[in-house]
Amino acid sequence: MPEVQIRVMVNGRPRTATVPPRLTLADFLREHCRLTGTHLGCEHGVCGACSVLLDGEAVRACLVFAVQADGAEITTVEGIAAADGELSPVQAAFREHHGLQCGFCTPGFVVSVTAFLRDNPDPTDEQIRDGLSGNLCRCTGYQGIIEAVRAAAERPAEHTRTAGT
Amino acid sequence: MSPLAQPNGTATGAAAARYSGARVSRVEDARLLTGRGTFVDDVVRPGMLHACFVRSPLARARILGIDASEALALDGVHAVFTAEDLNPDVREQWYTLTGKDVPDTPRPPLAEDEVRFVGDPVALVVAEDRYIAEDAVELVSVDYDPLPPVVDYVTARDAEALVHAGYPRNVAGETAGRPAAELDPIFDGAPVVVRETIYQQAYAPVPMETRGMVAEWSAPDGELTIWAATQSPHEVRLFCSRLLGLPEHRVRVVMRDTGGGFGQKVMPLREDMCVMLAARKLPAAVKWIEDRRENLMSAGKSRHEHGDARMAFDADGTILAAAMDFVQDVGAYPTPWPVGTAGVIGMLFPGPYRIADATFSSTCVFSNTTGRAAYRGPWQFESVAREVLLDIAARRMGMDPADLRRKNLLKFDDLPFSNPNGMGVYTDVTPLETFEHGLTMLDYDAFRREQKRAREQGRFLGVGTCSYVEPTTAGMNLLSTEGATIRIEPSGKVNVYVSGGSSGNSIETTVVQLTADALGVDIADVNTVQGDTAVTPFGGGTSGSRSGSMTAGAVAETASVLRERMTAIAAHCLEAAVGDIDLIGGRAAVRGVPSAGMSVAEIAQIAYFQPDALPPGTPPGLEASGRYRAREPMIWTNATHVCTCEVDPVTGAVTILRYIVSEDCGPMINPNVVEGQIAGGTVQGIGGALYEHLAYDEDGNPVTTTFMDYLLPTAVEVPAIEYGHLETPGPGEGGYKGVGEGGAIGAPPAVVNAVADALAPFGVEITRLPITPESIVALVRGAQRTVTG
Repeated sequence: MPEVQIRVMVNGRPRTATVPPRLTLADFLREHCRLTGTHLGCEHGVCGACSVLLDGEAVRACLVFAVQADGAEITTVEGIAAADGELSPVQAAFREHHGLQCGFCTPGFVVSVTAFLRDNPDPTDEQIRDGLSGNLCRCTGYQGIIEAVRAAAERPAEHTRTAGT
Repeated sequence: MSPLAQPNGTATGAAAARYSGARVSRVEDARLLTGRGTFVDDVVRPGMLHACFVRSPLARARILGIDASEALALDGVHAVFTAEDLNPDVREQWYTLTGKDVPDTPRPPLAEDEVRFVGDPVALVVAEDRYIAEDAVELVSVDYDPLPPVVDYVTARDAEALVHAGYPRNVAGETAGRPAAELDPIFDGAPVVVRETIYQQAYAPVPMETRGMVAEWSAPDGELTIWAATQSPHEVRLFCSRLLGLPEHRVRVVMRDTGGGFGQKVMPLREDMCVMLAARKLPAAVKWIEDRRENLMSAGKSRHEHGDARMAFDADGTILAAAMDFVQDVGAYPTPWPVGTAGVIGMLFPGPYRIADATFSSTCVFSNTTGRAAYRGPWQFESVAREVLLDIAARRMGMDPADLRRKNLLKFDDLPFSNPNGMGVYTDVTPLETFEHGLTMLDYDAFRREQKRAREQGRFLGVGTCSYVEPTTAGMNLLSTEGATIRIEPSGKVNVYVSGGSSGNSIETTVVQLTADALGVDIADVNTVQGDTAVTPFGGGTSGSRSGSMTAGAVAETASVLRERMTAIAAHCLEAAVGDIDLIGGRAAVRGVPSAGMSVAEIAQIAYFQPDALPPGTPPGLEASGRYRAREPMIWTNATHVCTCEVDPVTGAVTILRYIVSEDCGPMINPNVVEGQIAGGTVQGIGGALYEHLAYDEDGNPVTTTFMDYLLPTAVEVPAIEYGHLETPGPGEGGYKGVGEGGAIGAPPAVVNAVADALAPFGVEITRLPITPESIVALVRGAQRTVTG
């Protein structure tokens, strides 16, 4: 099958590429864009490690073909922290609350939680657990992750904080 | 900070612990949170090729022929290797962990004449990218002659078929304690004997990162470089050097971030061997990344075992004797040799109880399923069998299970106490103390009252516990020693090198904390370099709940040399007595004279650049290497898990209400890390009790090869875990004991006992795991039929 040209915005930068139609968005990001923070834990859409924002929505990059993202704006975990490297409130909360151990599932959680808190700025504990249920972690038992999401949600001022203040 | 936490007891005395015991933020986190970690799949080499395995679709079959011509004709395919290409290159194949003299079970890289489980690697395809490699795998034609498989390990000893021809009755090995007949008088004369056969299903470590390896052969140098997802880079190097017949120093193994291992990534498995063997036949680096289906099909299983467990009791509940005949499924190709660990399961069956007479037998049985692999608390079944049996015994005797345990649990003052099966001598553990602590945290009596009220309303609540003792930090073979190199650089900044490697256990943070305390410097001035065999000292890696204690020993051993040297230099320069110098806050200060002192940076300047200013006999530079030797054959640790739940007898739904772990891992280096390890292990254990099942159909087909079938716990199912800490120092460095595995040991029995307690009004007992909604409904209906019918 002939290769297809796509044009996407990845973490705020335009990128044009010619890709095979069967190339997944995850492999496009990892191999073509060298953004290896998007991890593949199952390649069948359950573990959530490959979550990225596609036009703002959290999607599993293993279930999307790169050609389907043509024209879209993509944010990967590499695009979550501030340009100067300061961790986002979600990332900082994960660090503060021991929300990661091996760190393999972590990019997916960071991306999913970023979208979740944007849409649910004041979640109940049950909503937090539901919101996390699409991401699997094998190290933490979710304890620190749940606390991190709660803490990030309880600091609304920091959501709007600009880097450096 | 724990008053018990002292970082070391070295010759020149320890600095006051400033970081050990504190909830220090992890140094690993910044890169991992921002997608800047380096996992094996992130490694790219020039011209790198990609590998994918052709795997058996049958549980047992003769290989009549392999035709790779169509695959080789595909554009982008470099090679298709079969057993005859790779297997003859094997020089020696054994693990340092178990040694070369154990009667090891077979482990060919690729299947030779016969495939022995669904997923058995038959050929290795190498292509320009993974997509092409997978296309080519489909084009490799293997002609199989199906044979009847041995699927059920329980009946495998009576099966006509043999998994391996050299093993009659499919028995891989057996061990036993004293003759069971010696205990007959006790069992025959006991007022109460309770006996049950308890079954545990197969489940698996399932790290979120699958296995993987990049191997690059440099023919001109005769050097092989491997990037691996591993818990033990030095074991990979040693194993690889023996496998290929390469000198150890011509093999380099690098890992920066490993995405969880839980035992699965301690030892190179068959696919790893294939990649190592293939690397020398390829013009560029080759990458193999397992997919999830392969991981669940062929990275090994754990658990899957049963025990005929029995205990004799006096009329008041005192345990008089304990015995278990234990049988485990080792699959087709277990790694490592399983017989020794199976023996430990039998030996540990009496657990933390005052039991004088015991025995066991342990039998490992082959089957045509994926091989048994190491998993967090590999002997965990000893606790499952014992703790489930104790609750059944309490119900039969009309006792509260807590009272039965109180009567028999060892307490600190009872020690030392010899394990009655010869598994060493328990010291420095607190079984009864953690038990009481856990029950107090719950308010056990209040829960029993609540349970009673709930039952009156037709709701079924239950409480279950598990108390265990666990040998950690084994001091044998590969694991006997651990090294550290510390370089205080000319600027006074510190690099500490240990074998280590981040695999989720926070070992970078731990080492930085310990080193900062040991040298009396600021934690921000310490960096650690790990996971590269070319630069780090030899070490056993992450396994057996050993990293904390052993690296603490290595750091203390090494830091003491540098403390002594810095103290001598400072005393010389400041014209003070060596005994009056304190190293603290990155300075060497003269005690009682606050103004007199010099910074570590100033000391380093002298050590590197002004050797003439050194005191006589003091070597230049501030670099030292040291090696710690485990002080004891093992360090005992213990905990009690307490679980409460509600069970819906109509739907079979189990809701965990509270989950408490009261543990004693000695002084905590970092409570966040300790609690993270406990929580992770506990949730794996909850998964094992309720959800996870690596299941096969009767033809030997694996039926749980996706995360839609193999059910890991999610954030929705897990309870908030409450922690209780006792900190009784053990015999190792700093008093630290192991804590990595315990959660996975304690959780399944606590959950089973809680569910069984909830269902006690129905008169049912649970002796089979996992406890699924279906199994609960079936038990309740069966009991109701018995009552009504």
